[in-house]
Parts: sequence; C-alpha cells; structure tokens
Amino acid sequence: MAEMREGRTGAAPEAVDSYVEASAGRPRIPGAATLRRSYRFMRRWPVIPVVIIAMLVVSAVFAEILAPHDPAQLHLRDQNTPPVWLEGGTFTYVMGTDDLGRDIMSRIIHGARISLIVAVVVLTAGAIIGTTLGLVSGYFGRLVDEFLMRLVDITLAIPFIFVALAVVIVFGQSLTIIIIILILFSWNAFARQVRAETLQLKTLDYVALSRISGASAWRIMFKHILPGVSSTLLVVTSLRVGQLILAESVLSFLGVGIPPPTPAWGVMIADGRDQLGSAWWIAFFPGMAIFLTVLAFNFLGDWMRDRFDPTLRQMD
Amino acid sequence: MIKFIIFRLFYMFLVIVFVSVLVFALSRMSGDPRDLYMDDYATPAQYEAWGREWGLDKPLYVQYLVWASKAVRGDFGRSIKHRQPALDVVRASFPATLQLASAGFLVTLAVAVPLGVLSAINRGSLADYAGRGIALFGQALPAFWIGIMLILVFAVQLGWLPTGTRGDWKHYILPAITLGTGPAAGLLRIVRSSMLNVLDSEYIKLARAKGVGRRTLIWKHAFRNALIAPLTFSGLILAGFITGSVVTETVFSWPGVGRLAVLAIFDNDFPLISAVVMSIAGLYVFISLMVDLTYALVDPRIRFN
Repeated sequence: MAEMREGRTGAAPEAVDSYVEASAGRPRIPGAATLRRSYRFMRRWPVIPVVIIAMLVVSAVFAEILAPHDPAQLHLRDQNTPPVWLEGGTFTYVMGTDDLGRDIMSRIIHGARISLIVAVVVLTAGAIIGTTLGLVSGYFGRLVDEFLMRLVDITLAIPFIFVALAVVIVFGQSLTIIIIILILFSWNAFARQVRAETLQLKTLDYVALSRISGASAWRIMFKHILPGVSSTLLVVTSLRVGQLILAESVLSFLGVGIPPPTPAWGVMIADGRDQLGSAWWIAFFPGMAIFLTVLAFNFLGDWMRDRFDPTLRQMD
Repeated sequence: MIKFIIFRLFYMFLVIVFVSVLVFALSRMSGDPRDLYMDDYATPAQYEAWGREWGLDKPLYVQYLVWASKAVRGDFGRSIKHRQPALDVVRASFPATLQLASAGFLVTLAVAVPLGVLSAINRGSLADYAGRGIALFGQALPAFWIGIMLILVFAVQLGWLPTGTRGDWKHYILPAITLGTGPAAGLLRIVRSSMLNVLDSEYIKLARAKGVGRRTLIWKHAFRNALIAPLTFSGLILAGFITGSVVTETVFSWPGVGRLAVLAIFDNDFPLISAVVMSIAGLYVFISLMVDLTYALVDPRIRFN
C-alpha cells in the first residue's frame, strides 16, 4: 500500500503525508510525518541489516582500534566478571570476561574478522569454481552436463560434517583446512543455479549471432552469458553468506574449525559451555553475534532476491 | 517404475563409491597409512604384518580395492581408542542416535506441519506470524547455541530437566528440541509455500464452488497434495538432522554416533572416523532412496517419466 501511494505521487511525498494526516482528522503530532516516512523507507530498503553488516565490517577491519582490550590478554584477577549491568560488572569489561579473564567484547570484535575472512574467501572461491562449472555444464550440455550435474548431486549427498572431522584427523586443525573444506561444499549451489540460467540464455538470438560471427565457446560463455547470470550470482552469494557463517561456527564449536586461541565465535561458545552455571554471558554474547549476523545476511539476501531475481523465490 | 529404481540404485552406488574414494584418499594423503591405523605401541612385526595384509606394497588402485573389499565386509580396522573393530564401536552407538533422531523428528513434524498449514490458510494471523518467526529464527540461530541456552534456562536456572546424557523421557526433551528446531524451520517454509500453491489451484476452487466444507477442503483436498513438495525436500531436512545430531550429541553428551565422531578427533582415531563416515553415508543414501520410492508411489508423474 505504502509503496503504491508513494509511487503514484512520485516527486512530492511530503504533500501526500500532510494530506493523509489532515484527512484522517488526527491531531498533528510533531515528527509523526518524519517517523512515518522513515518507517516506509525501512520497509523498502534493508536498513537494519545493512547497518548490522556495516558494523560487522567496521569491527572486522578496525578490530585493533575498536577493541578495548587485547583479545588474547588474560586478566586472571578479573575472571568471570559479569557484564556491566549486573552486580559486580564494570565498564572496563562491558560484556564481562571469560574464565581466563579475557574481555568478551574484544574477542567478539576480533571474531567478526575471522567470520568475514572465512565467508569472503570461501564464497569468492566457491563462486568462481561453481560459476565456471555451471557455465561449462549449461553451455556444452550432453555428457559434460550429465557428469557435472551428477557430481553436484553426489556432493549434496555427502555428510559433509563427518568428512570434515576425518580431514581434521589427518591434517590437523587450521584456518586453511577449514576454508578448503567449506569451499568443497559450497561451489555446488552456484554451479546448479548458473547452469539453469545458462540453459535459458544460450537459446537466445544474440548468442547464436555471436556464434555465427565466429566467437569461441569460451568467449561466448564469459563475455556474453556471464553478464546475464550476474544478478543470479549476486543473489545466490548473498543467500549463502549466512549459511556459511553458521557452518563455520558449527565446525569451530566442535573443535575442528578455527584453532584456539584465535577468537572465533563458535570456539567462544564452546569455551562458555563449561561455565554455564557460574558465567552464562561467556556463551551468550557470541551466540547473539552469530544470530544477528546471520539474520542480517539472510534478510539482505531475501531482499536482493526479491529485487533482482524474484523467480528464485520460495516463500512470500 | 523398475527403471526408476534401477537408476536410483546406480546413483546410490555412485555416491557410496565417491565417499569411499574420498575416505581412502584421506588415509593415504598424510604419508604412511600405518601411522593413522596403528597406535604407538605397535611392534615392527605388527607394522610389517599390517602392511602385507592391506597390500601396501602394491599400486594405489590395488590398495583401494583391498580397502574397499574389507570395507564391504565391515572391516575398517581396529579403533585406536576402543581397541576393538571400528564398525562394532559404531554399531553400538547407533541406537542412541536413532532414538534421538526420532524424538527430534517428532518435534520437527509437530511444529512445522500444523504451523505451516495454519499460516498458509490464515495469512496475517497469529499462527502466520509465529510460523514466520520460527522459520526466520530457526535458520539464523546456531543449534548448539539453542541447546546451551536451553540447558542454561531449564537445567541450570530452573532445575526442571537434566543437563545431558541418555536416560528416562526427561532426558529427551531438551536434545529433541535442539535437534528439531533447525529442520522445523526449513520444513515449515516448504509446507507453507506448498500449501499456498495448492490452495490457489483450480481444483480447490472447484471443490469450494461445489460447497465442500472448509475442514474437508483443507485437510483432505489441499493438505494431501501439498505434502508432495515437502517430501522432495526431505533430503535437505535429513541432511539437517545428520549435521544436527553431531552438534546436539556434543552439547548434551549424548552417547551416539555424532559424539563418537567428535571424540575420535581427540584420539586421532582414523579407523573409527572412517567407519562412521561410511555408515552415515550408507544410511543417508538408504533413507533418501526410501524417500524417493515413497515419492514415486505418491506422485505417479515421477513413476512414468
């Protein structure tokens, strides 16, 4: 409704606001129009998710400056200090400290960096591999397509968490290993979606024309079809970020992800688990950080899907 | 139908072969597999004997065939920690996992189906908002964190329920909720959108025009047809359960396969983890085959294509 009204009047939304207000016969509340306008703005644009993600990026980039303490610094005199609003809490440690006296807020700020690094590296690699294979599969078709799509089906059927455990037994725990594991299990979504788009795009006239004019298969795929799938790519990527951050936190929680003492959120929750009786905040805050981050990315992903590629929609 | 089954069986076989190659490759990637399969107390003679038994002097593909033929007979080597055949250890902890999974599945169904249907038929109602809320939160909250917070509230603070391990019915409540929430969110979304699609179809309009009662219309005409889509997605839900069982068992110290696998990391117990990976892959493939067959029985279009 709000969007329709705004769309019709176009240039002068203020006029409509005052008109609506007058016709409703309500007393003029100062600032009500501004409030209503900002509400409409928030319905149209993903303001809150973008704010959360911006905060996340800023803390990841400027972690050293923003964090009040060194995330690995032990304060053994201040073990299990509660957050500031509880009895015994201080502003020195706003979210409290863990059982070794490390500042939880500083660890969460530094943890944002780990989560984002993993997400960016994995999604970039996964998108490149998946898109290339998807283009090849869709464009060449036949046996190549059959082979690649069966491969996608198979990777979807592999119990990836158990394979990750086995990999860690053989190679040990490291950031590189976790990134490789996550890449191996995230390219398939890109491949599948890009293939579906390619199948449609390659039947269009402009592709046939460029083939007639002598363009090579690779040139057609990357120069003429790739731009057509870019919006799908954007949508799939944004929908995957949240899942990826969750997967990384699960692996870190189980002790196969980021090795301690690096402050990954999943590791922090695992640490806090043993202190539940005495210090619940150790496990609580990192969980909230994961929750808000994933929620923000999911919202942004949904919004992008509706905006750029409504055909991918599953639920309205 | 027979062609369909044969195709599915072949595909099952491919998945198993792929996973087995993966596990085999892992066992050879770190150098001498004997370092993974034998503990520190093995004598040089035992070392030699193992090498001969598993064909280490032969080329790699023969080694794979030796490994695979042993695996088919259920021999994955001896668990380093438990000092008995790895598969026996896995088999002993399967019942605990299956019991927890069934309890979790009940939670998933009990939450997702009624809420999915209700939120589809009364859009904008309280059930709709509850459904959307669960779908949203369930997909963004890490399951292990839900479990820990449930323990904090109901076990530590209120003291109503036990904090973990297996036992009487009370021990099942928190783990089942933890395990069921994530998959419930996924299933709920699918049930809801599928129900909306069906309600919008011509035959529902016809039934309504004929004057079929509201209850019959929803539960008999619409609901049954709306179930087909969730069935196809049950593979995803199943995958959620498998991941979820590892996490939930770790949080609640539940003596199942998932916890066994996580504990195997601390002992570097490769034989055990390889037995776990292969059994889970087998189970997964078997269940998805069953799902496909049910799907083909329910929807004739699949059978004849």
